[in-house]
Amino acid sequence: MRREGSPWQGLGVVTLKELSDHLSSARMRVLEWLVVLTALAAVYGAIQQIRDVTAEDPFLFLRLFTTAREPLPSFVAFLGFLVPLMAIGLGFDAVNGEHNRRTLSRILSQPIYRDALLFGKFLAGLSVIAISLVCLWLLVIGLGLIMLGVPPGGEEMARALIFLAVTIAYAGVWLALAMLFSVIFRSAATAALVTLGLWLFLSVIWPALAPAIAEAFVSPEHQATLVTTAQMLARLSPSTLFGECVLALLDPTTRTLGPVYLSQLQGAVMGAPLPLWDSIMVAWPQIVGMVAASILLFVGGYVAFQRQEVRA
Amino acid sequence: MSEPVVEAKGLTKRYGAALAVNDVTFTVDAGEIFGLLGPNGAGKTTTILMLLGLSDISAGQVRLLGHDPMREPLAVKRRVGYLPDSVGFYDYLTAADNLHYTARLMGIAAETRGEKIAAALSRVGLSEVANKKVATFSHGMRQRLGLAEIVMKDARVAILDEPTNGLDPQASVELLELIRSLKASGVSILLSSHLLDRVQSVCDRVALFNAGRIVLMGTVGELGRQVLGGGFAVEVEADGGTDLAKRLLALPGVRGVGEPAPGRFRMTCDRDLRAEAAGAVVTAGGRLKQLSLDQPSLETIYTRYFQNAREARHAA
Repeated sequence: MRREGSPWQGLGVVTLKELSDHLSSARMRVLEWLVVLTALAAVYGAIQQIRDVTAEDPFLFLRLFTTAREPLPSFVAFLGFLVPLMAIGLGFDAVNGEHNRRTLSRILSQPIYRDALLFGKFLAGLSVIAISLVCLWLLVIGLGLIMLGVPPGGEEMARALIFLAVTIAYAGVWLALAMLFSVIFRSAATAALVTLGLWLFLSVIWPALAPAIAEAFVSPEHQATLVTTAQMLARLSPSTLFGECVLALLDPTTRTLGPVYLSQLQGAVMGAPLPLWDSIMVAWPQIVGMVAASILLFVGGYVAFQRQEVRA
Repeated sequence: MSEPVVEAKGLTKRYGAALAVNDVTFTVDAGEIFGLLGPNGAGKTTTILMLLGLSDISAGQVRLLGHDPMREPLAVKRRVGYLPDSVGFYDYLTAADNLHYTARLMGIAAETRGEKIAAALSRVGLSEVANKKVATFSHGMRQRLGLAEIVMKDARVAILDEPTNGLDPQASVELLELIRSLKASGVSILLSSHLLDRVQSVCDRVALFNAGRIVLMGTVGELGRQVLGGGFAVEVEADGGTDLAKRLLALPGVRGVGEPAPGRFRMTCDRDLRAEAAGAVVTAGGRLKQLSLDQPSLETIYTRYFQNAREARHAA
């Protein structure tokens, strides 16, 4: 049985309204300042460090993103931390907020499907994050140009652009997760706490726990199996996936993200950078994994939302 | 007569083993105000959500303006306005901006949007606060803003869930007046309420709900005759006179006479017998102090119905 009409009807209206709500909200101001200030600090630290230590590096510009100077973490480490926070901040009350304001049944009695409401909210959240990240990215590149005085090469720009796209995909995972919980939990505070808890678990605890779990199931004689199992488990966390993507994309000397076998080293020149395409291939499973995770989480939220009773 | 605008047949909603709405059948005709009345939790809101396609139907059939809300939800939602129980708006937006958003969702063309919103707001008396944030609005103003949305939609059917709930008497009288004026402009209205007496004045026909079922349906007069036995209750207060109760009972058309207090008589009659009762009191030598005709109140009908039902159960 086919539904009458398009599921996209009203999508543009919802997206624009949510976008304008986000952009004018106080929450957005706070998140923007948090991201900009911390990123500036990280870039400043990186530039100091680069000036001190780097002599000749063909990918000097990419060092901007990855170099850390104590006690500050690098720009990518900051992003790995702040992007989820931003996505959760934008998504944790997406659906339950409408419930609690008692606007949900009124909006759904207009000629639109629930699809449009949920997808519109997701698109708006992702657009807001994308806008901030693009600004941030331009800011970092611009600062780099001024403070380093070295123009970036074509390949460096390409890598930085792909890194930007990957960061947006990473934000999508957390946004979809936050929206899933905003459907499941009627109270916005509960949804926010559960999402933040899961984020802490996945980013901090799980990477440390994965080797321990692997050791419990794999005998220590099979060193290779042990390492790959631990890595497979750790990759269940989007933070691990993001970290590995960044490593492959921004550090061109990364040849593989798993254990290195002797056969892979045959004929390799140690420390030589990989071409762009090969770096993308190294990170490809991780990129696909993140996109797939956001789609799966969104579908989960979608199914839950379709079955939900609208009455308060 | 034209076909009914709302048609529910054997409508049933199950939550697990619990039956929230049990085999409900009713129709709303074009241009009438139909009341779904009953206590909280009797299944009124669930019925309404099923009519709108916002909740799945476990069994039965619904047609709104000839459309099935489960299969053609957009066609139904385009023509039907809905005012939920204590409706919510975006507090940080103005009244006009809130309506702008829904107007865009309804697909109202950009050129006519401003005009329609202004007209709808003035119709419900909110023109002066059109550019105020909804956060400052009282409950009654929000309800009226909800009605403005329905006016703006040019809905042919308006479904109002507990429209007067939580309103002070003045505000609820105003709201009922607005609902009457909606009817006058040709909108068919289905409204639900647990305040039986307050809405009885606007409803053409009512259905009384209890525990997921419609127990009584018809005009208030019909229900009165059906449940209370007689359609009219005349109260007589008189001093003196002999055998007043007997004389009153002897009048043609009187079914029963009660004496709730000395000197006060309550007659249940088939028609308005005030004149005859006055004559009877005077001929008996009594001094008539007060004479009044009680419209059967829904509250009385409802309580009496359950009293009767209980008595019937005990007798069986």
